[in-house]
Amino acid sequence: MVIFYALALFMIIAAIIAVETSDLLSSVICVGAIGFGGSLMFLFLRAPDIAITQIVVEVLGLIILIRATISRDLTSISGDREFFGVVVSMAIIGVIFLAGMQVLNSLPGFGTPIFSLLPNAASQTYVGQGLELTGAPNLVSGVILDFRAYDTLGEAAVLFTSIIGATVILRTKSRKKAKAGGSDEWTA
Amino acid sequence: MMLYALCFLLFTIGLYCAVVKKNMVKIVLGIMIMEYAANLFLIMLGYRIGGVAPIVDASQLEPGTQQLVSGFINRCVDPLPQALVLTAIVISLGSLALMISICVRIYGKYHTFDITEIRRLRG
Amino acid sequence: MDGMTIIVKTIAGWVKILIFLFGVYIVLFGHLTPGGGFAGGVILASSYVLLMLAFGRRYAERNLPLPVASKLDCAGALLFALIAVFGLVIGSSFFVDFLYQQYLPGQAFHLVSAGTIPLYNIAIGLKVGASLFLVILSLSVWGKDTEPDMSAEEEEIT
Repeated sequence: MVIFYALALFMIIAAIIAVETSDLLSSVICVGAIGFGGSLMFLFLRAPDIAITQIVVEVLGLIILIRATISRDLTSISGDREFFGVVVSMAIIGVIFLAGMQVLNSLPGFGTPIFSLLPNAASQTYVGQGLELTGAPNLVSGVILDFRAYDTLGEAAVLFTSIIGATVILRTKSRKKAKAGGSDEWTA
Repeated sequence: MMLYALCFLLFTIGLYCAVVKKNMVKIVLGIMIMEYAANLFLIMLGYRIGGVAPIVDASQLEPGTQQLVSGFINRCVDPLPQALVLTAIVISLGSLALMISICVRIYGKYHTFDITEIRRLRG
Repeated sequence: MDGMTIIVKTIAGWVKILIFLFGVYIVLFGHLTPGGGFAGGVILASSYVLLMLAFGRRYAERNLPLPVASKLDCAGALLFALIAVFGLVIGSSFFVDFLYQQYLPGQAFHLVSAGTIPLYNIAIGLKVGASLFLVILSLSVWGKDTEPDMSAEEEEIT
């Protein structure tokens, strides 16, 4: 349990540094440190699938962020918005935090999953009969690709749409010019 | 309960960064911190103290048959939040690509990352 | 954008095939060990991103051109939907695991088992890998020295 507190404190300190520093490269590296701490925490929380996915996704995310920011001229911008706006925002965020603590008090404590308290939860079927109904020893793969395959279809659609959106925004030649100019180079 | 509170504190730090800062890339970093905190909270809900990962190997079966040892369901962590978080992590990478491509195009047109300047200049 | 020094180029030439092989392993054995289609697809994309960072954008674009990556992305998504529609045609309903329940049960803990789950993993791995490489390659056009000058023209979104 001590390792959970140590990693959570590491992530919070890295988040505070990422928010307050004025150099963009340091902020990006601190967000990378948060992702790395999160991946270690997933490993200790007995979720190996999620740990592998989180570490490789965070590495590619760092490459995208550094590609966008470091090759520009400007890497430091001063200050926050005006003072009154900052004070009101912090007051509202404080109220959200206190309301959240009331809700978190009503959950079962850390270490008892909810499916052990309810006899007809969905996870009783997923764990108890997952191997004979799907044939896959990796129960998480059986859940995402057999019991809940509609969620995976939705995820594939969302990823497809966002990548198409990013590729269209990054076009260098508009299509009217390409039709009129007649250039051969395909520019996505 | 303290661990849930620390995870929620991480979420509110990301929310503060997304609301208060002026630099566009800092706003994107605040949204990323909020996504990490949300995924972490979901996985923490499914943890069991002293539990094992939800992967069956040959030692968990009754010898000779294909039935699970009856104690496995009392020792296993919850696989359902892990299935939900797996797709959420990959979607966060796609949305990061979209946000950064918008930032890059705005920089190409206005030559600044500051959002208060963009309101004043007329391109 | 150019590549890096000669040491980085030599090592990247040896390591990229190991990363690709590891990604294929994570995708194929996704129903037996931790991993699956999503993590394996991201590892496959990162092997091509290593090629782009070490050798330069022109070399990576010659190796896997942009139209080919786009078509691979669409093929992965189409394959995922086709296997689901097969479940409707051959079996009883959409997305049903028709291979495990009727035709090819296989034995547990072997590579050929669990019905259509390895096929779904291959489709997802192809799709995620191709689309992430596509977006990182498109982003690298907008570097500091090769940035097209967009501030002076009126851009129409067609």
